[in-house]
Amino acid sequence: MLRFLLTRLGLAALVALTVSLISFSLLFLAGDPAVALAGEAATEEDIQAIRAQYGFDRPLPVQYVAWLTGALTGDFGNSYYFNTPVIDLITERLPTTMRLGLAGICFALLLAVPLGVIAAIRPNSLIDRFALFISVVGQAMPTFWFSLILIVIFAVALGWVPVSGSDTWRHFILPTVVLGYFATPGIMRLTRAGMLEVLRADYIRTARAKGLHPLKILFKHALRNAAIPVVGLAAVQLGFMLGGSIVVETIFALNGAGLLAFESINRNDFPVVQALILIFSLIYVMLTLLADLLNAWLDPRIRVA
Amino acid sequence: MNSLLSVRNLRVEIPVGAGLLKPVRGISLDLNKGETLCIVGESGCGKSLTSLALMGLLPKVARCSGDRLSFGGQDLLGLTERQMARLRGRAISMVFQEPMTSLNPAYTIGDQLIEGMIRHDGVSRAKARDRAIFLLEKVGITAAASRLSQFPHQLSGGLRQRVMIAMSLMCGPDLIIADEPTTALDVTIQAKILRMMKDLQAELGMAMVFITHDLGVVARIADRIAVMYAGIFVETGTARQIFDTPTHPYTKGLLSCLPVPGKTKLGARLGAVPGVVPALIGGVQGCGFASRCPLRQAACDIEPELSERGDGHSCRCVHDTPTLRKAEWATA
Repeated sequence: MLRFLLTRLGLAALVALTVSLISFSLLFLAGDPAVALAGEAATEEDIQAIRAQYGFDRPLPVQYVAWLTGALTGDFGNSYYFNTPVIDLITERLPTTMRLGLAGICFALLLAVPLGVIAAIRPNSLIDRFALFISVVGQAMPTFWFSLILIVIFAVALGWVPVSGSDTWRHFILPTVVLGYFATPGIMRLTRAGMLEVLRADYIRTARAKGLHPLKILFKHALRNAAIPVVGLAAVQLGFMLGGSIVVETIFALNGAGLLAFESINRNDFPVVQALILIFSLIYVMLTLLADLLNAWLDPRIRVA
Repeated sequence: MNSLLSVRNLRVEIPVGAGLLKPVRGISLDLNKGETLCIVGESGCGKSLTSLALMGLLPKVARCSGDRLSFGGQDLLGLTERQMARLRGRAISMVFQEPMTSLNPAYTIGDQLIEGMIRHDGVSRAKARDRAIFLLEKVGITAAASRLSQFPHQLSGGLRQRVMIAMSLMCGPDLIIADEPTTALDVTIQAKILRMMKDLQAELGMAMVFITHDLGVVARIADRIAVMYAGIFVETGTARQIFDTPTHPYTKGLLSCLPVPGKTKLGARLGAVPGVVPALIGGVQGCGFASRCPLRQAACDIEPELSERGDGHSCRCVHDTPTLRKAEWATA
């Protein structure tokens, strides 16, 4: 188990290092950053001055190491646009996205897993059809449209929740539903398929032959084995959500990290983009690691791998 | 007669696209305490479904009916699923064919051994653990206490089947149904496991329904034998009767496939029963074995009844006993 843990941690660290290299080099993919910063009317001297000011005249490895050591201490430099530390911008925006993402995945799991389990116990029943309907709709409906419908019904017509903003928990209800519902179909179908397969397994027959309680068979013996692929998928989807949903954050005027990323790209605000990419990626790496550990806990056979 | 298990005319039917599949077409049996009945037959004859029907573990689509299915004086056909679950694992338990897949990979074998006993007998974990260790040692597993924390994937097939057998014994059942428990194991392990099951049975005094297609296995453990073909018993009797004076052409055919030490000459060809089991959709007309039988005649178009051919020895065939005894399978 310790070896498994160390291997996974080592791999995660390697991935993180690679990602940092890629997000650093993004700055130079879009051409000479000094030219972009200087603006259209800039003279060659202006550009040279900017190059010196931002340190673009140093060799690339030096710049990378400087950037990385800064990043490790939370110093991503200043935003070109706001001229304030990048880290301040991010710590201001990221909690909103985190809150929304976590709420979204919880909503998705709470809706999708029970529905998937019931659909698997009673295939082709009314509930199974209903679950299929929900997942088809969820898959097919554009997020922005669904958001607007929810706003029209629950915020405007019924007035149960605020239309937009991020001041109280009630502001998060509609965005959570939208974001969570988007993740529901995949999780539900995977739960259903996994449960259907596991329920046919010989060891379920053994559990029944032992005379165990049906609920114990379902939750102890079946769900644990069916959950393994679901954990992986949920981790990926949570990663998506924590990367921020531009659409949802825009529509509900949630000042989250997704919106910040979108705006920073439009403003050529490279330090912010770099920092966000690195942070989003690290979150992803961490979630994958977490999913691996969770699966190793669920299935002892994974621990030796 | 006061038998432990008494079955009359048990049927299993499964609706399929093309009609009604009738894999078990009315079997009857009586089993006394401590006795071993072997149900022998080839693949697809309905023997596994018979065992699942006895356990109440048939797939949902299958329908089970019968004139009687009583166990220890209790009518099983009338029980609800909940009542049946109370019997399963406690009074009747089962050992399955596939030791590699019959244990849940996510739990330790200790956990899987004790959970049934905790449920049925309401004992503490510690007490159930003691019982598990005791039984693991009984089935010949060394270092039993340390095995409890192992996972199924850390054990070999033979060990896993021993664990399954120990598991079936946890609550001290009156009846064990073993569905080809040694088929997936290699021959040396097979012999060990069979001997062990026989010893345990003598020691613990439970009855056993042993399902197999392997006559070599039958010879080792059976008190009584039922030869199953196309969903019904074609011959039943004591192990001696079946092996010494086989009567039904199918039984004789099966036995001719076996080499007999000291009798079968070196280089001689073993027998084979030609043909295949008839399709069981919509039932079988006449004698199910007629299409493969060397003694076939017009009367075989009507299904014969199981008739007495000696003390407790019955055979389902239109021919009289002397004709059947005389008849030989032409070895190809």
